[in-house]
Amino acid sequence: MPDAPAPDAAALDDVPRPIVQSRTFGDRVFRGISAGAAATCLLIMFTTGVFLTWKALPAITATGPTEFLTGDTWQPDDEAFGVGGLLVNTIMIALTALVIGVPIALGLALFINEYSPARMRPYLTGGVDLLAAIPSLIFGMWGLYALSEPLSGVAEWMASHLNAIPIFRLTEPDVSLTRSTFIAGFVVAIMITPVITSVSRDVMAQVPRVQCEGALGLGGSRWGMIRDVVLPFGKSGIVGSVLLGFGRALGETIAVVLVIDLVFQPNLNILEQGSGSISALIATKFGEAQGLEINGLIAAGLALFIMTLIVNLIARAIVNRSKLTG
Amino acid sequence: MTVELERTDTLWIDESDDVDDVHGIADPVVEPPAFVDPEPPAVDPDVPFRPSSFGPSDRLEMVLSAVSALAFAWALCLVMDWSHPLTFTIWAIIWFVVGIYVTARARTSKVVAMDRLVTTLIWLSGAFAVAVLGWMIVFVLIEGIGGLVDDLPPGEWVARLVAVGLMIALAVVVRWRVGRREAAGTGTAVTRLLPKVVGSACAVGALVVLLPVINTEFFTSDIAEVGPLDEGGGIYHALIGTLEQITIATVISVPIAILTAIYLHEIKGRLAVPVRFIVDAMSGLPSIVAGLIVFTVWVNAGQGFSGASAGVALAIIMIPIVTRTAEEILRTIDNGLRESALALGAPQWRSVVQVVLPTARAGLITASILGVARAIGETAPVLLTAFGSAVTNYNPFSAPQADLPLFIWGLLREPNEAQIARAWSAAVVLLLLVLVLFITARVIGERGARKRTGR
Repeated sequence: MPDAPAPDAAALDDVPRPIVQSRTFGDRVFRGISAGAAATCLLIMFTTGVFLTWKALPAITATGPTEFLTGDTWQPDDEAFGVGGLLVNTIMIALTALVIGVPIALGLALFINEYSPARMRPYLTGGVDLLAAIPSLIFGMWGLYALSEPLSGVAEWMASHLNAIPIFRLTEPDVSLTRSTFIAGFVVAIMITPVITSVSRDVMAQVPRVQCEGALGLGGSRWGMIRDVVLPFGKSGIVGSVLLGFGRALGETIAVVLVIDLVFQPNLNILEQGSGSISALIATKFGEAQGLEINGLIAAGLALFIMTLIVNLIARAIVNRSKLTG
Repeated sequence: MTVELERTDTLWIDESDDVDDVHGIADPVVEPPAFVDPEPPAVDPDVPFRPSSFGPSDRLEMVLSAVSALAFAWALCLVMDWSHPLTFTIWAIIWFVVGIYVTARARTSKVVAMDRLVTTLIWLSGAFAVAVLGWMIVFVLIEGIGGLVDDLPPGEWVARLVAVGLMIALAVVVRWRVGRREAAGTGTAVTRLLPKVVGSACAVGALVVLLPVINTEFFTSDIAEVGPLDEGGGIYHALIGTLEQITIATVISVPIAILTAIYLHEIKGRLAVPVRFIVDAMSGLPSIVAGLIVFTVWVNAGQGFSGASAGVALAIIMIPIVTRTAEEILRTIDNGLRESALALGAPQWRSVVQVVLPTARAGLITASILGVARAIGETAPVLLTAFGSAVTNYNPFSAPQADLPLFIWGLLREPNEAQIARAWSAAVVLLLLVLVLFITARVIGERGARKRTGR
């Protein structure tokens, strides 16, 4: 009696047979070398985690883990390393960047895929990739020298017109509006736009064209097609790409250091001067740090590493799953 | 999930697509069915169906909305006594978008009006992104170009730039005319050679005109003995550092990355799942953490700052970028090639080394160059490992070393116009380096893709 019903012969036709081969000595060497290279990647990440934790522990134990994660003082002489305020500011910069960047990035992705003339598309895709390759240092310089002035004007306008929203309020009437979370968030938004655009564009380009044409053929408008075919199909890919952008925004260093004044207290008035991020702390304090402060900076780096690792792995999992089902 | 069924009055179809051709496989034997247009227009099967829904009345509505938006915003600012240009812009954009919706709604239907609204918003975001990229590149060039060239009277500048412009125009026109003749099928051996000859002649001519005005001192001296307010000084030490650090990073990362890609795609071993997971995690690693880990393991462990440690930190950044791109390239290679090699009795390593890798060569070079383009501008990791220096240090294995990003970073921190001008000039050099690398990678990659698909 057969264990299972005989498989459909027609279904088998399309499936290639697995290639059975005996491995020669050369093959084993070749596979060994490749596996060694692949294992190097594992080793790098493993070393990163272990060494950062090991070197971070003295500072974390000196401060106390709770104080480290919630405090907002950085006094190396008193062995007080609190990055709580900086964590809040890091997330505020990243969220500001998302609020500004996501609509632009998704609009750009839809523009390239569905609206731009076909002949322009390779150039637009290339332009987005180029934007991703431009060094963050240059973004930072541009943000500092070209954007600070006009954006502080924007901030002034928002503070006087939109002060119904708490985060746009000012604590004092004549506080400085440059070097703020808002300006840093704007610069970072431009930097994460290409990341979000290229990933979400990839996912949205995988929508079966037949379905799009079906929607149009039924008389749907182009927006109707995007809303009912493209966006539902690419939903998880879009969420994943936004999370990837968030991860990038959390770790952005140089552009943020250049445009903000580092403060350790959480600053929720995003238009006001004074902001901060973990990476900005490391880049700023690194030069003159000695003794236990170096451990403190490594501990801050560890917190950043763990935070971005979690965000990125969730994002990648979502994007990869959407590509598999697509 | 329903599709809007309401008729869109102004839906024109300007491109049709042969459904049989979606996979790019032409089927010339089959007679076209009677209901199909017997002579379908020649369409590229790869270009998706794309209805055009923008007619003359839409154009009129758009102009009217724009004019009324400007008028409305102006009147509003006058009445309310607002003077901020931003207030004006925001109200004008809001009125423009609303105007587009309302006019389309009045003439057609809710569905069409919504489509217009979204189209407008998406075009605005596209225009915004392009404008920002253009603004940034132009801003950097304007700020920094002064330090890279000699002081010349403006008349001579105009003359030299016009000469270069004419040469570029000549090359473009020749290329275009020849391209038209080729397309028409009347090309000869001479016309085929002509664009190359004219193009290289124009390139040489442009170099002859532009090279003499370049400020050579900026590229051949360092800033060790130049005071902050002095004239002169340059980026020689930074160029040396960048060159050495990038070389070290490439030598370390490219073999590891390509072998990892081979492991992931050709071997598909037991570690493939965790390795892909870790490569994903590495590609999101903040660059400053890459510097911090090398600092912790190497620099702070008694070795001190050095160019080589910066090379290792940059390699950590390059590995995931090159691996992911290389894996994508390997994925595009036809499986038939691998199977043919195996069918001829080749062991797997020979099929990879002699068939897969040569086929993928251009793509792998592209992947490596893109990795270099990303690493060359990284500041945070090299700050923690090479630290930067004002003197020329040829030895990457001991003592702090400068590189281009660190040079810029160091000068930006000084409150001094002359130093900041130097930083901008170095930023132009860095930007041009990235642009050249990026374009080279694209050109090589496109040639390789053409070769792979045999077109």
